Amino acid sequence: MMRKKFGALLAVVLAAGLSAACTSDSGDADQGAQPGGKVELSFWAWAPNIDKTVDAWNAANPDIHVTLSKQAGGGDIVTKLLTAAKAGNPPDLAQVEYQSLPTLVSNDVLADIAEQAAPVKDKFAEGVWQQVTLGTDAVYAIPQDSGPMMFYYRADEFDRLGLTVPKTWDEFAQTARTVRQKAPKKYLTTFSANDPGWFTGLAQQAGASWWGINGETWNVSVNDAATKKVADYWGGLVAEGAIDKQPMYTPAWNKALNDGTLIAWPSAIWAPGVLAGNAAATKGKWAMAPMPQWAAGENKTGSWGGSSTGVTAAGKNKAAAVKFAAWMNADPAATALLIKESSIYPAARDAQSSPLLQEPPAFFANQKDFYTSAKAIAETASGFVWGPNVNVAYDTYKDAFGKAITGRTPFSGAVDTMQTATVADMQKNGFKVAS
Amino acid sequence: MTALATSVPVHDDVDPAGPRRRPGRRTAWLPTAVLLIGAIYCLLPLAWVAAAASKSGSSLFTTFTFAPGGDLLANFREMSGYGGGVYWKWLLNSLLYAGVGGVLSAFVSGLSGYTLAKFRFPGRGVIFNVLLAGVLVPGVTLAIPQYLLLAEVGMTDTYWAVLLPNILSPYGIYLARIYAAAAVPDTVLEAARTDGASEGRIFGRVALPMMLPGLVTVFLFQFVAVWNNFLLPFVMLSDDDKFPVTVGLFTLLNQGQAAPALYSVVIIGVLISVIPLIALFLLLQRYWRLDLVSGSVKG
Repeated sequence: MMRKKFGALLAVVLAAGLSAACTSDSGDADQGAQPGGKVELSFWAWAPNIDKTVDAWNAANPDIHVTLSKQAGGGDIVTKLLTAAKAGNPPDLAQVEYQSLPTLVSNDVLADIAEQAAPVKDKFAEGVWQQVTLGTDAVYAIPQDSGPMMFYYRADEFDRLGLTVPKTWDEFAQTARTVRQKAPKKYLTTFSANDPGWFTGLAQQAGASWWGINGETWNVSVNDAATKKVADYWGGLVAEGAIDKQPMYTPAWNKALNDGTLIAWPSAIWAPGVLAGNAAATKGKWAMAPMPQWAAGENKTGSWGGSSTGVTAAGKNKAAAVKFAAWMNADPAATALLIKESSIYPAARDAQSSPLLQEPPAFFANQKDFYTSAKAIAETASGFVWGPNVNVAYDTYKDAFGKAITGRTPFSGAVDTMQTATVADMQKNGFKVAS
Repeated sequence: MTALATSVPVHDDVDPAGPRRRPGRRTAWLPTAVLLIGAIYCLLPLAWVAAAASKSGSSLFTTFTFAPGGDLLANFREMSGYGGGVYWKWLLNSLLYAGVGGVLSAFVSGLSGYTLAKFRFPGRGVIFNVLLAGVLVPGVTLAIPQYLLLAEVGMTDTYWAVLLPNILSPYGIYLARIYAAAAVPDTVLEAARTDGASEGRIFGRVALPMMLPGLVTVFLFQFVAVWNNFLLPFVMLSDDDKFPVTVGLFTLLNQGQAAPALYSVVIIGVLISVIPLIALFLLLQRYWRLDLVSGSVKG
């Protein structure tokens, strides 16, 4: 909570500084080819232990040396990239979440690498690739990991309370009520007004489409019917007290996961790593299932998180940079290291059937087919077009849903607020928005 | 304006005489209680850090908040070994930024403050007023302009990028000027001049020692400010080998939503990063106590 508030403040400060400062056009940073043909590349990333993968590249490629700088993840790296690009010295490569790509592209931070990236296109599922093309002919990054959403639950608590795994959202609501009746101190799960990425994934599953581009004109529909349906569904559960309403990723949330106050978590493929770190006491007690569906018999999910490797427009050695990015995310040796050392669920198709993913994660030792079912679920993730100001939509989400929870107003109103703020910000920044 | 500023007595905050008990005076309970509450308010978070640093990742959120755990050494080893001991590198960086930055800043503040207090030259009032205005500008708002300036000369992502902006401290200069006006008598300077000492020698041999307690204060202020500074190094540095502790620990806390925050590593890292500050205060507090007693105003 603290860190998120801080992040928001930081973004404001950085943005204010950027718009106040004058533009600098000195792009002659010293990252050119060195004498002797050796190329130096700088790379910003936050994935844990990603230095192991970079080391492997450097050992095998003496001509192209990559220097890694570990950064803070998520939105922080984006503000920092914008600042560095403005000053004319961004790194050659950077790890970027999918939803931040349009922001960086519209600020001319990232290069179009369609030509150099063409050979690896087939290594990725179409839905994933769409996220790095932004629905155009250009390619702005190589996909690294994906975050298909799944349903995690405490198998032991479900047994004890006589619950079955909900297959639809109706059943999910019923299960939530049953939990309250049978164990008044427990909740099935919580609705977090602090994690817009999570809500966006839920909306994707229901078929939401927030942004679209038609020529030069953007269509923005954050408050489309699917999103409102999802918002009001969760709003209803919060209003009747069937689920908790505390934010996720706080010490209190960790405690609730540890002591079994919260017994389920609609999350993404990377959840085992988070649970292992934040709720170590519950090892082996969890199980994973596909997300509950909006209609019985359907088979859909959304995505939460996932990142890609972008090549910056200011870099002097784009070809070498793309070569490294393609190797890191598509080469079996590299993806194996990413899986093993960084606990990343790779976006590349072949890597998803890597021998390393035959065994379930240690935290889910009882669920032998964890990754086999994960792969099947990953195939059902819907694609999504991100707009140029996801950060504004996300910040508004936190404000509007936070207010809706404390003020007990319908969640669909919060979605309308998101729509208004997003459109207003795009128009202010000179985007054409269809009305 | 300037006359007003110089006439502010600084002796009050440094209390040269030490505690003196007046006969027949009873303990003042209310102020004591207020101060005690203040002390608890400040020390409670520290107590939390100390207790939490000794807990394993799983007991951190499950056991009583202030109950210590038994994993202090294990956490210490994990933190020490993380990323090949990168934490110690961050700690050294912090010491470098704060130590060198603090000393340079104290020296520059002393020199400027002394000059502003003891010399009459055209523009003196303007310079001092601009400096006073500078005290009001929060350093946070300057981080981005400073970044763009240093990027212009290609100095971002170097140690200088963090050191240079910290050397000039308007508040330090302001403090040093007032201190110089109060602690360095004109008669002493005139005597030195009559003896034929050069201005540089007068500053170095006469004025500087007399201003030392004030400069120690400036040094401490600046040291703590740099030690705790986050935004400037966060913006300036991209190479994690040059990070100070603040930025380094932040990267461990924020590894994206797909990776758990390394709470135990960060908490023990915070605990250890407090130790140099405590040590510094204990070491330097005697300078405050000596204060004017050590100056040559006695005669």
